[in-house]
Amino acid sequence: MSAIAVDPSIDLDHRVPFAAVRDALAVTQRNLIHFIRIPQLLVFSTIQPVIFVLLWRFVFGGAIGGTRGVPYVDFLMPGIFVQTVVFGAMATAIGLAADLKSGMLERFLSLPMSRSAVLVGRTLADLVRNVFVVILMVLVGFAVGFRIHTNVGAFLLGLGFVLLFGYAMSWIFAAVGLMVKDPETAQAAAFPVLAPLVFASTAFIPLITMPGWLQAFARNQPVSVTVEAVRALSIGGPTSDAVVQALLWCAGIVAVFATIAIRLYRRAL
Amino acid sequence: MGDVAVRAEGLTKRFGDLVALDAIDLEIPAGDVFGLLGPNGAGKTTAVRVFTTVFPPDGGRAEVLGIDVTAHPDAVRRRVGLAGQFAAVDENLTGRENLRFVGKLAQLPPPKIMPRADELLERFELTEAAGRTVKTYSGGMRRRLDVAASLMRRPPVLFLDEPTTGLDPHSRNELWAMIRELVAEGTTVLLTTQYLEEADRLASRIAVVDHGHVIANDTPERLKAQLGGTVIEMGFADETTAVRALAAVTVAADGAHVEREERTVRVTSDDGAKMLMGVLRPLDGDGLEPATLTVREPSLDDVFLALTGHHAEGAEAEQPAVQGRRRRRGAA
Repeated sequence: MSAIAVDPSIDLDHRVPFAAVRDALAVTQRNLIHFIRIPQLLVFSTIQPVIFVLLWRFVFGGAIGGTRGVPYVDFLMPGIFVQTVVFGAMATAIGLAADLKSGMLERFLSLPMSRSAVLVGRTLADLVRNVFVVILMVLVGFAVGFRIHTNVGAFLLGLGFVLLFGYAMSWIFAAVGLMVKDPETAQAAAFPVLAPLVFASTAFIPLITMPGWLQAFARNQPVSVTVEAVRALSIGGPTSDAVVQALLWCAGIVAVFATIAIRLYRRAL
Repeated sequence: MGDVAVRAEGLTKRFGDLVALDAIDLEIPAGDVFGLLGPNGAGKTTAVRVFTTVFPPDGGRAEVLGIDVTAHPDAVRRRVGLAGQFAAVDENLTGRENLRFVGKLAQLPPPKIMPRADELLERFELTEAAGRTVKTYSGGMRRRLDVAASLMRRPPVLFLDEPTTGLDPHSRNELWAMIRELVAEGTTVLLTTQYLEEADRLASRIAVVDHGHVIANDTPERLKAQLGGTVIEMGFADETTAVRALAAVTVAADGAHVEREERTVRVTSDDGAKMLMGVLRPLDGDGLEPATLTVREPSLDDVFLALTGHHAEGAEAEQPAVQGRRRRRGAA
C-alpha cells in the first residue's frame, strides 16, 4: 500500500479525547460567528418581541387591565420572555435547512465527527443567542414599567426556565428544519406550529377570558405551563407545581425531538 | 501497483421508486485518477455519497481501502476526503476559519490544524485571501477552498463530485493541475464529471454510468478509439441535400463512422484533418456545399450515442440542435 501512504506521521485512527464535546463546541463557535458577522440576524430577532411588548403593554393591555392583583405589565412580561424564545426557535430550523441546502451537511456527514455535534452545536448557539435576546427583553420590560414582586434570585431562576424552554423548542425546530430541507419552507412551516402554541396560551391573556373547550388546551400546553412557572417566580404564588410541570415538558420535548432530529440528520441526504 | 482503493460489488441504492444505483460493480485502482462519467441523474453523486458514508447503500457492498462502508463508516471517514457538488464552505467565515473548522471536525490533532491550514492555503493560492470572509471569494476561489478543506486530513482517497462545474476555463485548468499534483504525491482521486474532455485529461480509467448502471469501464484511449478522435459535423440547407451528401461522404469516409440526423451529417474519425479534406472534396465537386461546418472533440453525448445508441438524457446542452431528441443511429 506504499502508493497511498500519504502522510505516515498522521495516524488515521488517532482519537482526540472528548471528541463529541469538541465537535459540538466547534459547530457552536462557527454558528456564533454568524451572529457577529451578520448582526441583522440578532437585530431582526429582537425587533419582533419589542413590538409585541409595546403592542400588549400600550395597545391591548388596557382592555385586559390588572390581572391577579398585579399591573398587566407584570403579568405580561413572563409571557413575552417565553414567546420570544419560542419564536426564536424558528432560527434553528432555518439554520439547519440552510446547511443542508448549501452542501455543508454533506461535508459534515463525510467527516469522522460525532453524529450529534451539528445538532448540539446548532441548538447551543441558538441558546447563547437567546441569552442576549432575553437580557434585552428584560431591559425593555423594566423600561415600560415591569417590576419583580419576588426577589432577584427567583426571577433569575425564572429566566433560566425561559432559556431551558427555548432550548427544548430548538430541538423541535431542528427536526422541522431537517424534515423540510429548505430555509424558506422552514420559516413558512414554523408559523402554523408556533401561532397556536403562543396565542392559545396564557402568555398574554388570562385563561378565564377563553371559551371552556380552549381552556383545557391552553392550561396544559407547554408554553402556558412554562409561562406560569416564570410568572410564579416573578410575581409570587405557589411555584412547585408549575416548575415541576415545566421541567417535565422540557425534558420530554428534548428526549423525543433530539431522538427524532438525530435520526433525521443521519438520513438528511 | 495492483492495490484497489475503492471497490463496489452489486452496490444498490434506491430513493423510493427510483433506483439510483442498480447493482454496480466497480474497482478503482489506488494511486490514480478514476473518472465517473455520466449525465445528470446517472447515479454519480449517489455512488460518491455511498463511498464517503454520507448514506448507506440499500444492497451490495462498498469498500474503501478494504474497509466496508456500512460496517465501519467511521474508519472510512478517516480515510476519505469529499468535495461535493456545491462548494461546502461557510461564506460568513474567512478562508482560514473554514479550514480550521473542518480541521477540528476532521479530528486532526489540534497542534496540526493551523500549520496544515496554512500549507493548504498556500498551495491553493489563497494565502492572500485567507483573512477575508468567503462571501468575497470568486467561484474558483470557493471551489479551491472547498477542495483544500477536503484535504485537511491528507486523505489517501479523495472524492471530487463535479469539481469544475461552473468554473471558468482558467480556474478549471488550475484545479486540474492541482489534482494532478495530488495524484503525483500518491492520492487516489475519484472524480465525477459530465465532460468527456475532463475525464480524458485527468483520468487513467473512466467508468461511464447511465441510469444507475456502469455501461463502460475502460481507459480513455480505448473509449475514444470506439468513437474516433474527431467529430466533423456538416449542416445542409435541407434534408434532400443532406441525404445526397450522406451518400457522397460515406464513400469518401472509407469505413469511418458516418451518420445523418435530419439536415446534419456527422463523421467520426481518428484522423480528423485528413478526413475533413477527404469528405469535403466530393461535396465540392457535387455542388453539395454544407451550410455549416463544425470540427470538435467527441462529447459525453457522442460517448452515449456510441455506447447506448441514445443521447445522454439530462446531459448539458453541448449540441443544442440535437439535444434531447431520440433517434436511431444512421448509416454506418
